Amino acid sequence: MSTAEMRLACKPADYTSDIKPIWCPGCGDYHVLMSFTRAFAQLALPTENIVVVSGIGCSSRMPAYMNCYGFHGVHGRSLALAAGLKVSRPELTVVVASGDGDGYSIGGNHFLHACRRNIDMTYVVMDNHIYGMTKGQPSPTTEPEFDTALSPGGTGLRPFHPLVIALASGANFIARCFSGEPNGTASVLVEAIQHPGFSFVEILSPCVTFRPDEKKWKNLVHPAPVAPTNDAAKAARRIMTDDGFNIGILYRGDRKPYQPPNGSLSCELSELEKDFEL
Amino acid sequence: MADRQSVAVAIVGSGGAGALTAGNFLLEAASAAGWQGLLSRTVGPQIRGGEAAALVRLATHPVECLPDRFDLLIGIDWLNAHRFGAEIEVGPHSLVISDPRGGEPPAGVAAAGARVVELPMKEMAKAIPDGRANMIALGVAARLLGCGVDVLSALLEKRLADKGPAAIDASRASIKAGFDAAAGFNFGLCLAAPKPSGTRRWLISGNEAAALGAVRGGVRFAAAYPITPATEILEWLAPNLPKVGGVLLQAEDELAAINMIIGASFGGTPALTATSGPGLSLMIEALGLATAAETPVVVIDVMRGGPSTGIPTKSEQADLNIAVYGCHGDAPHLVLAPQSIGDCLFTTQWATYLAEALQSPAIVLSDQFIGQARAAIDRPVDVAFIGQRFKATDIVGSYERYAIAVNGISPMAIPGTRGGQYTADGLTHTERGIPTSGECDHKAQLDKRRDKLARFNFGDHWATSEGAGDLAVITWGSLTGPTREAIARAACEGVEASLISLRLLSPTQPERFAAALDGKKRILIVEQSHSAQFHRYLRAHYDLPGAVRVLNRAGPLPIRTGEIHRAIMQWR
Repeated sequence: MSTAEMRLACKPADYTSDIKPIWCPGCGDYHVLMSFTRAFAQLALPTENIVVVSGIGCSSRMPAYMNCYGFHGVHGRSLALAAGLKVSRPELTVVVASGDGDGYSIGGNHFLHACRRNIDMTYVVMDNHIYGMTKGQPSPTTEPEFDTALSPGGTGLRPFHPLVIALASGANFIARCFSGEPNGTASVLVEAIQHPGFSFVEILSPCVTFRPDEKKWKNLVHPAPVAPTNDAAKAARRIMTDDGFNIGILYRGDRKPYQPPNGSLSCELSELEKDFEL
Repeated sequence: MADRQSVAVAIVGSGGAGALTAGNFLLEAASAAGWQGLLSRTVGPQIRGGEAAALVRLATHPVECLPDRFDLLIGIDWLNAHRFGAEIEVGPHSLVISDPRGGEPPAGVAAAGARVVELPMKEMAKAIPDGRANMIALGVAARLLGCGVDVLSALLEKRLADKGPAAIDASRASIKAGFDAAAGFNFGLCLAAPKPSGTRRWLISGNEAAALGAVRGGVRFAAAYPITPATEILEWLAPNLPKVGGVLLQAEDELAAINMIIGASFGGTPALTATSGPGLSLMIEALGLATAAETPVVVIDVMRGGPSTGIPTKSEQADLNIAVYGCHGDAPHLVLAPQSIGDCLFTTQWATYLAEALQSPAIVLSDQFIGQARAAIDRPVDVAFIGQRFKATDIVGSYERYAIAVNGISPMAIPGTRGGQYTADGLTHTERGIPTSGECDHKAQLDKRRDKLARFNFGDHWATSEGAGDLAVITWGSLTGPTREAIARAACEGVEASLISLRLLSPTQPERFAAALDGKKRILIVEQSHSAQFHRYLRAHYDLPGAVRVLNRAGPLPIRTGEIHRAIMQWR
């Protein structure tokens, strides 16, 4: 089958599992799921060669809803699990699905080091600025004045800026998407998966249950006014000064992906013993 | 002069003085000359300026532990030696070599009535271009133990090759100066001539042996986060794993390390990490995940003093509770413990085999003593335990990752296998792997994970059981060596006792244990734990017939052969 025929043969539905998603009606994550399956179909990836890794939270339910291999691990550690998988099976397509609590709070340290390590994988964070699964506590991206039961009157804390941190830490591809635009998101995911190294895609994905105010996001988002750059300094200025609703690919680096050496299989085990022989 | 089958020497100095280097050279030279031996190091946490001692025991027979007392104690200086004076006991017949400009020997030396001879090692070193006091100490030790200069000289050529001929000459001259100076010392005893064992011999540390055992068992991925006293395992794997097609990844912390190996194993690659107590504490949540998701991984915990940061450089057996019971929920998994430096190889290899066969995490409880001690041993025999996972291939129709099988072990699909797509999950799941909160599925999967361990035949390797008599001494880990020696000493005095040392701590083996204790009337439990964790563990899982006594103590002072011997002899 030619590549063109493969593409025709792959439909988003091929990548969907028979498990019905458990998300609130109106949750942005439904559209993100759709974007994932569209991207995989566009890339004509064999389903058995994709692994979707996640942690804990609403967004981390993602792997179960896809007809790929998946790992729904513990809270915050999905990037580490994915790193071990990818370096030992480099031929697999590894995608990590996370949220702003899982990825930026409990998993914050792994985020820095995954960017720095630049292993060839794609990290998708569905950011809704709230802990949804535990019913509405502030996350690292929650606005300081947002009132919750756990933070009466708001946290008073400056939100975390994931894109700036990704850039400063060495991510090789940085994009922002909006869940309400599944086709555009799918296109970005296609590029993110194809781009060598660590690709970071932040998807604004409203939580209509605990953040009904986020319904207005669809009116605020707009395409990024300029083309992506490979100049980190330029990208930093843009990301730090934009309004947080610029949608599109914002940085496309050219750093070589990291793959630790795995030499030849030629060495016999008995060779290793020589160090110890008297 | 008395011919002895075993002689012990301690070389002491402040950190950076080179006491450990001298000790390592002595062990290697003596091993090359045909003696058996081991070196244990005792150090403070500082890299420089702390205290360091090389504790070397040379013998004509295999040795697995240090002696009760040191025959020869050489102080290059005594600056911080008081900090571990209790760990280096001397007796009235011991000889102490002391540099008069290096301070006073620890109080224990005078109290024991040991003979002190002064030797100005630092001044002697100054008289030699680039001379080194530690090499003078080495020359003294070599002379007194009966190890020739030739073998040391050959070793210098090998070990200092990259430092050039000037460095070799300086060390050689220093050794010679020490060797000559010791001619006039009356040591009063001599190490008997070595008995050639006829087999290939290795000089290896427990940490290196564990790493080699893992690779032999099939490990081809390691995640690494440095921690004392486990780092040598990771540092051995870093250059050696790639030689056999494997990969090592440095992690940002232990939380990452354990998750990295779960990821690699999910991808079909047998995977390992090594850590110590603080790291194991961080890994516990993910060990529960590996248990629930049935992902095989191996974690070596080289135990050190705890709790918290504890004593990083010294041994204790106090991680038994966290290893067996640390996970929340009901999470049965494998826990094993090597019994000697050489056994680190076997036990880690077996742990890898078991983890793969049972799709379960395996914790290997080594400790600082056997991990960082280095010994001359006969090459361990090759064993057939190579990890083989039951994989799902040629999948037709619907695949159930967690299908209930008679032996509890269900075939595992590896990514890339068509038709095997599933999501591994820490959530309670159905046989297909779909999350559920239903009572039936929860119980079915708990039963499955319990039964696969309970129904497996672990064979004779679960424990070492040797000797006869109605007194059984039950121990584990690095206390196996001193216990075995104490039993042998008692036997020489006509008192019989048997040794039972548990290699498999979880799952428990009640039938085998009962058989091993059949006819015993008295049980002595020996362990290095302040709260006697091993005793409590035995009480929780096994029937202990007859009278029971416990010899337990916290680290860092090791329980010596003499103490165990006394406990046996006094219980008549």
